[in-house]
Amino acid sequence: MSNDIKIKKGLDIKLQGAAEKAKENAIISNFFSIRPEDFHSVIPKLIAKVGTKVKAGEPIFYDKSNEALKFVSPVSGEIIDIPRGEKRKILAIKIQADKEQSYQDNGKFNVDTAKAADVKAHLLASGCWPFIKQRPYDVIANPDKAPKAIFVSAYASAPLVADLDFTLQGKKAELQAAVTALTKLTEGQVHVSVGKNSDSPLANVSGATIHKVSGPHPSGNVGTQINKIDPVNKGEVVWTVNAQDLVIIGELLLTGKFNAERIVALAGSSVKKPRYFVTKLGAEVASMIYDNGVDKNDNIRIISGNVLSGKQVQPDGYLDYYSNTITVIPEGNDYELFGWNKPVFNKVSTSRALTFSWLTPNKKYDLNTNTNGEHRAFVLTGIYEEVFPLDIFPMQILKSCMYKDLDEMEALGMYEVAPEDFALTEFVCVSKQPHQDIIRKGLDLMLKEIG
Amino acid sequence: MGLKSNLHNLKEKYKGTKMAPAFNAIHTFLYLPNETTHNGTHIKAADDLKRTMNIVIMALVPCLIFGMFNAGYQHYLASGEIEAANGFFSSSFWAWDNLVVGLWKVLPLVLVSYGVGLLIEFIFAVIKGHEVEEGYLVTGMLVPLIVPIDIPLWMLAVAVAFGVVIGKEVFGGTGMNILNPALTIRAFLFFAYPTWMSGDKVWVEGAKELAGTPDAISGETILGTLAQNHEVTHSVADMFLGFIPGSVGETSTLLIVLAALFLVFSKIGSWRIMLSSALGALAMGLIFNGLVNAEVIAGGSKFYGLMSTPFWQHLLIGGFAFGTVFMATDPVTASQTNKGKWIYGFLIGFLSILIRVFNPAYPEGVMLAILLMNVFAPTIDHYVVQGNVKRRMKRLKTKVA
Repeated sequence: MSNDIKIKKGLDIKLQGAAEKAKENAIISNFFSIRPEDFHSVIPKLIAKVGTKVKAGEPIFYDKSNEALKFVSPVSGEIIDIPRGEKRKILAIKIQADKEQSYQDNGKFNVDTAKAADVKAHLLASGCWPFIKQRPYDVIANPDKAPKAIFVSAYASAPLVADLDFTLQGKKAELQAAVTALTKLTEGQVHVSVGKNSDSPLANVSGATIHKVSGPHPSGNVGTQINKIDPVNKGEVVWTVNAQDLVIIGELLLTGKFNAERIVALAGSSVKKPRYFVTKLGAEVASMIYDNGVDKNDNIRIISGNVLSGKQVQPDGYLDYYSNTITVIPEGNDYELFGWNKPVFNKVSTSRALTFSWLTPNKKYDLNTNTNGEHRAFVLTGIYEEVFPLDIFPMQILKSCMYKDLDEMEALGMYEVAPEDFALTEFVCVSKQPHQDIIRKGLDLMLKEIG
Repeated sequence: MGLKSNLHNLKEKYKGTKMAPAFNAIHTFLYLPNETTHNGTHIKAADDLKRTMNIVIMALVPCLIFGMFNAGYQHYLASGEIEAANGFFSSSFWAWDNLVVGLWKVLPLVLVSYGVGLLIEFIFAVIKGHEVEEGYLVTGMLVPLIVPIDIPLWMLAVAVAFGVVIGKEVFGGTGMNILNPALTIRAFLFFAYPTWMSGDKVWVEGAKELAGTPDAISGETILGTLAQNHEVTHSVADMFLGFIPGSVGETSTLLIVLAALFLVFSKIGSWRIMLSSALGALAMGLIFNGLVNAEVIAGGSKFYGLMSTPFWQHLLIGGFAFGTVFMATDPVTASQTNKGKWIYGFLIGFLSILIRVFNPAYPEGVMLAILLMNVFAPTIDHYVVQGNVKRRMKRLKTKVA
């Protein structure tokens, strides 16, 4: 059996401002912030208080529903603020970093001889568990359930995202350790997907099944790969881990240190010199974007993550827990005279309705955040299917989420999807419907009702 | 900044008030709004619903203009004042006199259709507090093209009001309706005022008033002629080019085919529905031709005229081409799955010809076929989607077993 995955349906959105492959150390951020909202459906219970001194890798809160699931500080320093929102919901935990970093020592861990339960306990206690997510529901994996397989995508196909082949360079030992640990956690296989022509250090790790992926976005989305390799059925669970987080897990296993270092791409058409930064998760965005990046007064949107499924952050915001890209694109809050009927050359479109992006398939576009139209009911059909490679009916499943029919959502394949799988259908949607939001709410409803 | 900032200020002023949707509807015609993405994707594709609808309208405009010329042409031809056209660019067709008749008769139809329909859309948008949806832009253009030229304007107004309210708004507006609104309007006219919608006196401008006078002119559609087993006097070229009596915009198969190509190329219209519908019509036509050849149906039968029509001519006569290209493909009321579209389209073509042949009193089958299939489209989709669901169930079973 060939392990190649070839995707035909999809769309590569070519944008200006891809990061140049040059690493730079970011200005060391003084403040770090962990936001519980990054961990969907987790209700945090604080361990540390304002004023507590923590080491890097020391737990600061745990999940209310599972005390073993610890979330740790990415740096050593002092907790200076815990802002709260409505109903005293914890919005963030802000940490002022020490000049000299000190790490909590979790001890070296010998993965080769360890048992599944030990690996699990070690990852939970050391704060590496949040990197493991599960499908269904696209939330942090429930450690009590056994996954039928674990998926890692080392191929990034979304527009402007960090090139994983580049960011993972030289991390072979860490990746191998992490993959070995993952193989202990499942009865089934660990599937690792790499680009077809990539020289990824993950391409020849042992213990995992390697898949070669080719085709347009969303071929690099782990959801697409799951659907093609081993789709999730009712009652089954699969786990997914981001490739860049394997490095953190691997380093923890090898050295005992939780080193939150991450190579982040700063990209987007608004950035003067798009390039890679070495920073830590939870770092202040401001520490990266202003040096040869953007001006303070620019009318821009800063996104932690990629342009399709990232989160909007303010300049004083923070890099979120799972992203390895910061994208900055122009804000589109301006009117355009007769924008709805004049021929369009400077925007991407999958139709040919006086939109001419089909003439120049290799042109790189400078898109802004304008919606290019108002929100409407679903009208057009057949356009989503062209960019949606999963064996699921996208419009029907979206509608079932909107009218909250749990049986239908289940039957149509809700267990297999995550919001990011609907990013492209949302991009091409003529009715400007918020697909990812609809799917997220649908998943939350199922999680609550069915669990 | 002039107009742009003035309008922006007005928009802010009206924000949250009852009239905001009405103002925005007009504002967004001038300017693409300044709305930005909030959650989910931060960038969006260039197309919106306005652009999509606009493409369909652009495809309809040639049919409208042709319809105007044809209105005058049929009138003068029937009264014997001009020669029959020979060729598509014939000067006896593209004459100023012809256009004047068309302008006087067709433009009021367009105005009434848009005026009444959009007024109702605006009222519903203001009451329900949602934006004015663009669906009616196409419906409003389709309606004048599928009615007989002499239809009284009040009748059209009543029908449009009925069609928009009962056919669309009660279901929740654009995107929610089950029946194609334009065809609902036509069906309403058809059953409420049958004498104005069929027969041999309504298809040519002035025929009704002149009936019974010495100047009486007859203007029968080809379908009407065939249904009565009369000899067709129009040539195939006339049928293809559109120099025949019929509803305002449906006659020129040539222009409709060009519009279809445009719609398919721009990826707005579904080629699956158009193609399968034509195939369905040809299949039914062949069956009937076969019956005639096998002498199951004799010359004396009242179905003989339409049954013996060569199967491919069914694509040229009546409203078949127009209905297939512009109305069967309405994405809201058609099947929504790709496989479903094949079935849906094929059955429309198949049933169109079936109804056409077996219903000689009202020989236009396309309207009823499309409305019927509109009703069944969700059922077709249901079974297509069930196929996917079953596949998923099966995957689970093989796993368990």
